[in-house]
Amino acid sequence: MKQLLILSGKGGTGKTTIAAAFIKLSAAKAYADCDVDAPNLHLIMGQNSEPGEIDFYGLPKAEINRELCIKCDRCRQNCRFDAILVNEEYLIDAFACEGCGVCEALCPVGAVALKPAVAGELMLYLDKGRIFSTARLKMGSGASGMLVTEVKKQMRSAAENAELAIIDGSPGIGCPVIASLSGADMVLIVAEPSVSGISDMERIEKTAATFQTKAAVCVNKYDANIANTARIEEYCRTNNLPFVGRIPFDPEAVKAINEGLTVIDIDCPAGNAVREVFNKTTKLLFDTSTI
Amino acid sequence: MKIAIPVDEKNMEANVCISFGRTPYFLIHDTESKECSFLDNSAASSQGGAGIKAAQFLVDNKTDILLTPRCGENAAQVIKAADIKMYKTIPGSARDNINAFAEGKLPVLEEIHAGFHGHGEK
Amino acid sequence: MPGFTAMEKNSMKIAVLSGKGGTGKTLVSVNLASAAEESVYLDCDVEEPNGHLFFKPENLWEEEISVKIPAVHEKQCSGCRVCVDLCKFNALAYIKNRLVVFDEVCHSCGGCILLCPEKAMNEKEKIIGKIQKGVSGQVTVYTGMMNTGEASGVPIIKKLLNDSRKAKGITAFIDCPPGSACTVMESIRDADYCILIAEPTLFGVHNLNMVYELVKLFRKPYGVVLNKCQEGENPAERFCEEKGIRILGRIPFDNELGALNSNAKIAVRESEKYRTVFLSLLETVKKEVRHEAAVNP
Repeated sequence: MKQLLILSGKGGTGKTTIAAAFIKLSAAKAYADCDVDAPNLHLIMGQNSEPGEIDFYGLPKAEINRELCIKCDRCRQNCRFDAILVNEEYLIDAFACEGCGVCEALCPVGAVALKPAVAGELMLYLDKGRIFSTARLKMGSGASGMLVTEVKKQMRSAAENAELAIIDGSPGIGCPVIASLSGADMVLIVAEPSVSGISDMERIEKTAATFQTKAAVCVNKYDANIANTARIEEYCRTNNLPFVGRIPFDPEAVKAINEGLTVIDIDCPAGNAVREVFNKTTKLLFDTSTI
Repeated sequence: MKIAIPVDEKNMEANVCISFGRTPYFLIHDTESKECSFLDNSAASSQGGAGIKAAQFLVDNKTDILLTPRCGENAAQVIKAADIKMYKTIPGSARDNINAFAEGKLPVLEEIHAGFHGHGEK
Repeated sequence: MPGFTAMEKNSMKIAVLSGKGGTGKTLVSVNLASAAEESVYLDCDVEEPNGHLFFKPENLWEEEISVKIPAVHEKQCSGCRVCVDLCKFNALAYIKNRLVVFDEVCHSCGGCILLCPEKAMNEKEKIIGKIQKGVSGQVTVYTGMMNTGEASGVPIIKKLLNDSRKAKGITAFIDCPPGSACTVMESIRDADYCILIAEPTLFGVHNLNMVYELVKLFRKPYGVVLNKCQEGENPAERFCEEKGIRILGRIPFDNELGALNSNAKIAVRESEKYRTVFLSLLETVKKEVRHEAAVNP
């Protein structure tokens, strides 16, 4: 199975829109949405059935047994995460708790215990021979990297024989991105032609480089700023990065998405540009002469 | 000496697991007694630092040799500090690899990947 | 939630959030801060801070932010391994009578230091990022920057909010990270009011719903700004109407604004038209905050 990961550094560049179009164009039998904080891919892929859902357990969280608590305050004084609140009773702020276990170890009367906590849900859609793996992280949970890993594991075990898997990655440069990079054969970076977009693209490119993953760059909504688009192309030339195309801003495309279609389901300039980017990207992905 | 191999299932014909830190089981083969035992890897369900925990587990079990397809930076640090030698496995079963090792056919594992630094693996 | 800040004249903390990146959080927070007579801008999106690219702040002052990592005093270590077994993050290993600490995996909980029976563990500082402070016109700009791959930006955000408390009597605009993760929660903890930014797309509604749930959970007063508005259906507007959410303003999708933004220019400082738009939005927000303070003291 070849894994193509689509990343953008910044949110809102069009990663999911492009991922959806790629899935349609390639008729990929396996795809995943690793943006577990705010999954969006399912909104345009249009599943026909309900997904199988599994609880995802993240960090265990502390719980205080009020009946045993003697209010000695040792736990609160030693909590580095400000996760112990006092409001007549001692309570754990589950959002701040990191499951370190210090309170449990320090409590003189055994009133604090770490208990497994559901941090999100893994979802698996099985539809006409296609596997779609995704997940949703509960608000405030810190276990996104781990959940991304589970999403990919779920996809791989459900779709062992798929030739190509398209992965809609997470925004940012933190652990969910690192987790989505592992096992990827190639990453397509979708850049936005703005000063912030360029800065974010550079950060993500450097991160991918430390993993020695094959990378390519494309620009979305390029006509919003031709000068910055040129800057991105120059950056690619200087850094020996394949530049696989530019996609124009297209109001027809926005309309299509709002109707739950992908940009290649209708005939529009953005759709045509995406097709070209797809062709160039897959050529690089399946080209065994490049490392 | 004791040889450890990460495996997907508790039998000799099982495939070598592609992940070291999150392998479900370790096969431990004793070259003198020729016995094999299977140990559960409690590091598999860790939030982070699975490689470190798995490596510590092997150190505590007096492992001498580790046969694995890959190993991350942090785990490798533990393995090397304990003077455990690492060899790279060939595709196939655990049994295939034990035999290949005995015949001196397995290369030393050189490439250590950057690892996930506490954030989960493939 | 305790908070008397809104009662102090002009000393409001206004957080700007969105479910996803790219909806216009930075656009709105940067321009609102610029429209105000005097303000503080806090960039809490420590993974990808962008506000400073617009403000280009001067008179820069930087402070490194560190967390505490354990370091073992080898002579005192008895090899009891209490720390190794206790660490929930597997950041400690004991090999050949030596304790090894794995810095990047450590969550700085302090457990091993507290519980070592031989008192053999000390703490050392590990730098995870920095805070930059500067001025741009009448705006004091605070930017949080986290180093790549670090476990959590929360300590940086805590310090940012702490440092800015010194500026009394001035309104602060908090540019939050996208989503609803712990970093966002930390950013809005002390906010008096939350502005939710929404895009008029199918994704936009879904993402708006996420932060809507978050601000309700934290019992923060909130309102929505619809960004990139075009002709035709606006699913986000419909959502607000259905849920009875106050719409504070609408920013049209406009090539002029897009161009200014993509060149990191502050619209309020470059265009009379946008100065008016954001001044008006600022007035609306201030009215909302004062109303909230009066109704829910």
